[in-house]
Amino acid sequence: MAATAISSGFHGEPLTRTETPVRVALARLESVTKRYGKVTALQDLSLSLYPGEVVALLGPNGAGKTTAVRLLLGLVAPSSGRASVMEGDPRNSETRTAIGAMLQITRIPETLRVRDHINLFRSYYPNPMPAAEIVRIARLQGLENTFYGKLSGGQKQRVLFGLALAGNPSLVFLDEPTVGMDIESRRALWDQVRALATQGKTVLLTTHYLDEADALASRVIVLGKGKILAEGTPAEIRHRVAGRRIRCVTDLDPAFLRTLPSVLSVEQDREALIITATEAERVVRELMNLDPALRGLEIATAGLEDAFLALTSSGAN
Amino acid sequence: MATAVINVRAQSLGLRYYARVAAQETRYEFLKMLRAKAFSFSIIGFPVMFYLIFGLTNKNTEYARYLLASYSCFGMFGAALFGLGAGVAMERAQGWLELKQASPMPRIMYLIAKTIGCAAIAIITVGALLALGLTMGGVTMTVLQVLELLLITLAGAIPFAALGLLISFVVPPNAGPGIINIIYLPMAFASGMWMPINILPHWIQRIAPFLPTYHYTQVGLNIFGYAQTRTSMVVHWEALIGFTCLLLGAAWLVFTRSEANA
Repeated sequence: MAATAISSGFHGEPLTRTETPVRVALARLESVTKRYGKVTALQDLSLSLYPGEVVALLGPNGAGKTTAVRLLLGLVAPSSGRASVMEGDPRNSETRTAIGAMLQITRIPETLRVRDHINLFRSYYPNPMPAAEIVRIARLQGLENTFYGKLSGGQKQRVLFGLALAGNPSLVFLDEPTVGMDIESRRALWDQVRALATQGKTVLLTTHYLDEADALASRVIVLGKGKILAEGTPAEIRHRVAGRRIRCVTDLDPAFLRTLPSVLSVEQDREALIITATEAERVVRELMNLDPALRGLEIATAGLEDAFLALTSSGAN
Repeated sequence: MATAVINVRAQSLGLRYYARVAAQETRYEFLKMLRAKAFSFSIIGFPVMFYLIFGLTNKNTEYARYLLASYSCFGMFGAALFGLGAGVAMERAQGWLELKQASPMPRIMYLIAKTIGCAAIAIITVGALLALGLTMGGVTMTVLQVLELLLITLAGAIPFAALGLLISFVVPPNAGPGIINIIYLPMAFASGMWMPINILPHWIQRIAPFLPTYHYTQVGLNIFGYAQTRTSMVVHWEALIGFTCLLLGAAWLVFTRSEANA
């Protein structure tokens, strides 16, 4: 289907069915600047979202994440540049039939039942997902007849997730989707997000939980002060921070450890030391020789969190 | 994988889509209002309670009929002001409106559904007052007067729906319900919804013509011939239409300005 659709664009050429189709962006911000009064929320920002990918939008508060999402949802118009979803303006109802959103909402009407909310949102879309399917994906079985006001925080989040899928959208926005969820619900939602991506849907995720971005995203975009600071796979972003972290309990003098080759930093963390080094194996061997009583040894690569902090703090300067 | 890429396409929306959205939105809007007890109890409950106290204690008198008309206006006024004003303000504050705005549902449907929902609550209120008046209050009226009471009070309540809408756009979202409470009771009192305007202090009688609620109460009372005779009904209707245009215009202006700044 895809191959024919693509090749139909090249009249006169033989139908070459290539297995690597041109990547057509599903949604785009093209050199978008957005000002609120004198405040510039986004500065000449361009980004594209492709089918089947989960993109995590990260950044400190005020970096422009929400503005980027609101532009793609058609809730606000760019001051300059262009926002488009499937080549359409997201401010048109027609374009929005392909979009679903889970926004940060304090309350939705509490005197409607879960079933009512689902039916209402399904009616907004011309080809909605079957209600039973929404209930299954959002794990709301047995709660259909419960009033929204009687649900727990995590259950409410699941209803909002279900509403985002009501229209069977190609593009799903998830703004802090797992706030207030217990670990089990969180993992279950992650599984569903991955399932959406394998169906070819595009997911744009904003989150404060970096482990969530790490677990879900095929691509991470780090924003700071309305600009893109970094973009890549979670691994690529992590590797922006050099070195690995060695944590151990030792009597060795931190000042001495700083002089060892390849050691970048030494910090005290409660009873232990955290040593960041580019050649972790060599440093560990040295440590074991010098302090036979060394214990509690852990070695970890720098996390997404470290990379995020490094990126956003340098971006602030 | 690539299959899903190209065959997704924005849908064009037909008349059937709009009809279905309107029906569902209205249905759930009404259910939501009715089940929100704080809202439905006070909007339906206030006029009904007043009528039980002041109307039925004067049963079989002109006063029972007078109050049936003026409390009907009071009920409609409250439903329009709170249903649209406080309702929209609250849903705006809670982020619910934004989620709806991000959906393909046309914005006008939201307003249409809210208006119809309020109208239904208001009709229930007037229906309850009618039932009380006719069965226990000894009120006699023709079928035509029953219809007039329902339709005239409904049509005359439009400016208050516009007022509610304007307030919900203008004031900070969380302050909306509070501000509506502040203007609701004084406006009802000063325009003779609770007691005949001519027994109110003179300075209030002088302010009253500047309140849309005064003109509204007059057209309501006129059904039974209780309106003040010094002004013709045409003037009262003109005043109501004028207020509606003014308030709707202001609401439109504020809305488009906030859209432009958004």
